[in-house]
Amino acid sequence: MSRYITRLRMRRTYKWNGRPVGEDRKLKRKYYESMSISVEGKTEDATVSSGQYILIEGDDDDNPFVAQLHKLYTDDSGKKKTAVVQWFVRMCEVPQNKRKLLGRDPHPQEIFFYQDRSCDNEVDGETILGAVQIEYVPAENSFPEGKSKDILFVKLLWDTKSFKALDPELMQPPQSPKSPPPSSRGPQTRALPTPDLSVMKRAMSGTLTRGSMSTGKMNSSEAESLHSASKLSAAKALSAKRRSRASSGPHVRKKLDLCSPTKNVSRDDVLGEILDEHTEKTLTSKLNTSPTGRISISIRLTPLNLNEEERVFPLSSHSPDKPKLTAHDKDDATSVFLGVQSIGDDDPDSLINTSRTPRKREATPRRAGLRGLKARTPSRRKDSAALREPALAALAEEEHEDSPIQTAATPRSKRKSAQLVSSRIRKQLNVLGNKVDRLSDGDDDDDCFIPTKTDLQSSSDEEEEAKIDSEDELIVKKRRGSRTPRSTEKTRVTARTPRKTPIKKTAPATPRTPRHATPSIPSRSAPARKPGNVLEEARARLHVSSVPESLPCREQEFQDIYNFVESKVIDGTGGCMYISGVPGTGKTATVHEVVRSLQQSAEQDEIPHFHFIEINGMKMTDPHQAYVQILQKLTDQKATPDHAAALLEKRFSAPAPKKETTVLLVDELDLLWTRKQNVMYNLFDWPTRRNARLVVLTIANTMDLPERIMINRVASRLGLTRMSFQPYTFKQLQQIITSRLNRVKAFEEDALQLVSRKVAALSGDARRCLDICRRATEICEHSGSQKNGSGLVGMSHVMEALDEMFSSSYIAAIRCASVQEQLFLRAVIAEFRRLGLEEATFQQVFVQHQALCRVEGLQPVSVSEGLAVCQRLGSCRLLLLEGSRLDLFLRIRLNVSQDDVLYALKAD
Amino acid sequence: MSKRRSLTEAQCVSLAQKLLRERLCHQKLPDRPLALDSQYKHLLELLRRTAVHGESNSVLIVGPRGSGKTMLLGCVLRELMSLKEAQKNVLLVELNGLLQTDDKIALKEITRQLHLENVVGDKVFGSFAENLAFLLEALKKGDKSSSRPVVFVLDEFDLFAHHKNQTLLYNLLDVSQSAQTPVAVLGLTCRLDVLELLEKRVKSRFSHRQIHLFSSLSFAQYVDAVRAQLSLPPDFPDPKFSDAWNHSVTVHTQHTSRSVFTNKSYTQSLFLTSFSVRVSVSHSTLHEADLLEASRLISADSKAIILHGLSILELCLIIAMKHLNDTYDGEPFNFQMVHNEFKKFIQRKSHSIHKFEKPVVMKAFEHLLQLELVRPVDSGVCKVQREYQLMRLMLEHGQVMEALQRYPQCPTDVKQWALSAFA
Repeated sequence: MSRYITRLRMRRTYKWNGRPVGEDRKLKRKYYESMSISVEGKTEDATVSSGQYILIEGDDDDNPFVAQLHKLYTDDSGKKKTAVVQWFVRMCEVPQNKRKLLGRDPHPQEIFFYQDRSCDNEVDGETILGAVQIEYVPAENSFPEGKSKDILFVKLLWDTKSFKALDPELMQPPQSPKSPPPSSRGPQTRALPTPDLSVMKRAMSGTLTRGSMSTGKMNSSEAESLHSASKLSAAKALSAKRRSRASSGPHVRKKLDLCSPTKNVSRDDVLGEILDEHTEKTLTSKLNTSPTGRISISIRLTPLNLNEEERVFPLSSHSPDKPKLTAHDKDDATSVFLGVQSIGDDDPDSLINTSRTPRKREATPRRAGLRGLKARTPSRRKDSAALREPALAALAEEEHEDSPIQTAATPRSKRKSAQLVSSRIRKQLNVLGNKVDRLSDGDDDDDCFIPTKTDLQSSSDEEEEAKIDSEDELIVKKRRGSRTPRSTEKTRVTARTPRKTPIKKTAPATPRTPRHATPSIPSRSAPARKPGNVLEEARARLHVSSVPESLPCREQEFQDIYNFVESKVIDGTGGCMYISGVPGTGKTATVHEVVRSLQQSAEQDEIPHFHFIEINGMKMTDPHQAYVQILQKLTDQKATPDHAAALLEKRFSAPAPKKETTVLLVDELDLLWTRKQNVMYNLFDWPTRRNARLVVLTIANTMDLPERIMINRVASRLGLTRMSFQPYTFKQLQQIITSRLNRVKAFEEDALQLVSRKVAALSGDARRCLDICRRATEICEHSGSQKNGSGLVGMSHVMEALDEMFSSSYIAAIRCASVQEQLFLRAVIAEFRRLGLEEATFQQVFVQHQALCRVEGLQPVSVSEGLAVCQRLGSCRLLLLEGSRLDLFLRIRLNVSQDDVLYALKAD
Repeated sequence: MSKRRSLTEAQCVSLAQKLLRERLCHQKLPDRPLALDSQYKHLLELLRRTAVHGESNSVLIVGPRGSGKTMLLGCVLRELMSLKEAQKNVLLVELNGLLQTDDKIALKEITRQLHLENVVGDKVFGSFAENLAFLLEALKKGDKSSSRPVVFVLDEFDLFAHHKNQTLLYNLLDVSQSAQTPVAVLGLTCRLDVLELLEKRVKSRFSHRQIHLFSSLSFAQYVDAVRAQLSLPPDFPDPKFSDAWNHSVTVHTQHTSRSVFTNKSYTQSLFLTSFSVRVSVSHSTLHEADLLEASRLISADSKAIILHGLSILELCLIIAMKHLNDTYDGEPFNFQMVHNEFKKFIQRKSHSIHKFEKPVVMKAFEHLLQLELVRPVDSGVCKVQREYQLMRLMLEHGQVMEALQRYPQCPTDVKQWALSAFA
């Protein structure tokens, strides 16, 4: 993708074009309309101006960040150029685990509108690489073919949780990037000053109010400004407001209400262009529908009517359900739809637009009647990104048969509406009543689309749940379900309906390049059998691999790590933590548990999102592979270790704005040791960078690893946040087993205690403990078939298992050795006694051996045989031998104590 | 003996030979492992659970060489594969520590045996790091209930423990302890201290199941085992021949296997009988002499055989060295000392032994050196003249004496000299 000239490391110089168009005295900022970028070696300068789509230098040279430039300003010193942007993301920037949510292969030139509150939207102006062309593709359309490679397409919106259809109004109307018409928008924007009060209120309360630009009343468009305002701190919002009042430039307001006024107007333009001849009809439809909506008693009925009506038309698709409801429908509404549809029939392109418009109209009143406007509020809280949800996807689905979604949505909004405050509704009703025209013209996008949006979201969620049983989705579902059982039910219905939308139809989560395609172990022909009896059940639960619901006995450690990571994630800072403990004490499990619960709360928007990656020193072939693995998990790029290190270095040190916190778990840290320790150094140095937002959790076995193997500068960066996991005590082990068994009665109390005491005394390794218990159930099962005991695992079984695992096998091996081997061992001991040393040569021992043979009345063995006997004992490691090359002068030592040998031989 | 009968007899002999060779040389699995019932059940149950329930396991089979580890495993796998539910489910990966000498080779071998290399497309094997990541990814993708269980057999398990960082073992055992593709890791080793070789993290992940195989056969059992191995099956086509054969086996094994039993493990007796099978071509039944001859061949001392091929001069040198060893109590000697000793002997017995020039004696000495009957003490000091380089005799006194006894036409003077330094 080196098509971007920006790839080349050329020096770029940035200059303002023209004079400042506005100034904020308070913040000492001067606003500019455009900026020119001159690149060394290029004759013509590139110019970027607000409204244009730009590329911004990122960590990945091949895929620079894409954004829409909203504002350009400089601080009072005039040196630092800052740009305010609306981000777009590429597929590769979407977290890997979420990519499957798209449900299809991303188009190589596809980008997504990025909606994330937590994301900083100010960037250094000098990181701008140049302009880029972005084209909006309606959701139901396929990507245009044959276009230039430089054009990027935007179709959907990514709100860090799901992909949604993008309302084109959220973007500026596609303008030719070379000549942005900011001036044309200027006067219109200026005509709509936002009242201070409303902004303040909104910023503080976070509730939705609608302030109409011209009148100062509440307007749905303010949802946008609320959204943008929420990105900023309250003070910023305030200052922005002031700015907007004071400034005369059109772009000045952009920061405050990113899209609302400007966009509305511009959208109007677009609509005007597209709809052109249909405008009149649309208007009438609006007028018609809005009273309908207000009058209609049952909200649900209205959409159903719509479906009914649409069914008539060949192009539209519908849910077969509930035709009876049509009776309630208003005639006028029907007629409006009919009209629109017929238009759509003529021209598929216009159908999309026109059909969308009427639907919006229709939706608005409907919701108003339902007190549905309130519905917006909870939904926005839950998911602010949803606000900008475009109706396009919904339209696309309308074309295919997805009307059940609509039906599902209506009750949802109704449900939500129940929680709404009545005063707000009234206000809304007022607004709606008064401003029908204006609303329908374009300001209504937020409110009117909400049902659509929720539809889409829910339906897509549901579908994803059906497809991939992703944990996140489950949580979402649970949350929803708990609130409203009814909606869950409804959405399930929708999930079942066959979906024809091209977006969702494609296979889930295909890797980007075939090179990444990793094969998996073929799946089995017959499914694994489930455990049949109590013992088997217990065994399955006791297997180390079975993930327990909770980790008992590590509450304190869990809390400490949780607090540490949570605080770092919330603050957006970085840090290191060192966790030590002997194997099998639950270090990795605890960290995973922490991450799991943090991810859960991130799902619920309690904390910002973060990216969790894990590397394991044992799972790489070389310490430097750590870079490669981290990079691959972060960005899905492949690189050589050196290159990866450079890229990561850049990533963590550059002030890339669109960064979420990365939580990096480094397991088996000691294996990342290199002579120069640069791997460790980097791992601990990155979190200290100002912009890194990296939290590193390291795990190793030894408590004093930093002191022992790290040089000072590494140990110092690791810091003093340390935690040590003590080996489990017998009580803890007992609790672990009990909690794992979870009321499956398979063990006698005493037996459990014996196991845990034994293991606690030896190592405190929980794995060992579980393994012994598992073995004991097996022994119990076998012996149970012979003599009918209690069916429980008792002391005897546990003892046997312990014996099997812990008893030394040397004595048994000596007892089972052949006569000559036993004789040889005796000869060794005799020779040791004679020499008074613990070592003898074979020759010496062999003499003893022959003597012993004669004493025992056996035929003396030859040297070759004697050596063979000696080697056999050596291969079992009863004897320690030197290389066999030494032949007669082979030195022999015992690997067992002499007493053990004598004991084993005597008992024989 | 009629012509017709001898013909059938020849056929019978060759058939019997074939049968026994299959058993003894081609490692045909017995129907049921002998005296290993509990171990057999344990292992089979373990593998069955992996195959049927998708439970991951790890186990070590420990036993001295020739105790039947591979045979046990073979029997268990055969039984496992005959189970209907396991038949098509289980993937088998066999590695040997002697072949896969490092993790890189082992990974490639695993990938190959799992038939994963085709999936990668044209690029069959990448770097070591890629391979590891690739395989781990593949194993990680599976889960307990849906993926086919993989049985990893690691022969010479202890050698895998010497690989760098024990990466392979760690990863295999880690998979067996986590909710990924179900695996059974079977290690075969003869080292009793194999667990001490494992690194602590690796050790913690190992389930500590060990199946010990010790041949605890009593003499009677042992004889029975040998007999069972040698006997012809009841469905042998010529019952008369097989009866005669089996009878001779029953009679003779009792006596001859006594000496074998005292010092040999089970397999060694099989070698013994493989000799006897060769013998059986000439005479149709097993004779005691055959067995004795076979056992003599097995227990023969390899160095004594070499000694028989030496010249008188070389033999004299060895006797001189033996005397030096006696005189200096095992201290090393050099050629000059040996030569002096030899010269003394020649002076005493000049009438019977040729006088040899020093270079000739040197030549004989170097021949001994080549045969490694004499070995330089430490090749560290190479600047010393050859005559003065310190040497050691690699022979036991008993070996020398025995060789002299059997040496054809050995001069009596030399024999006497061997018995006494002053003879």
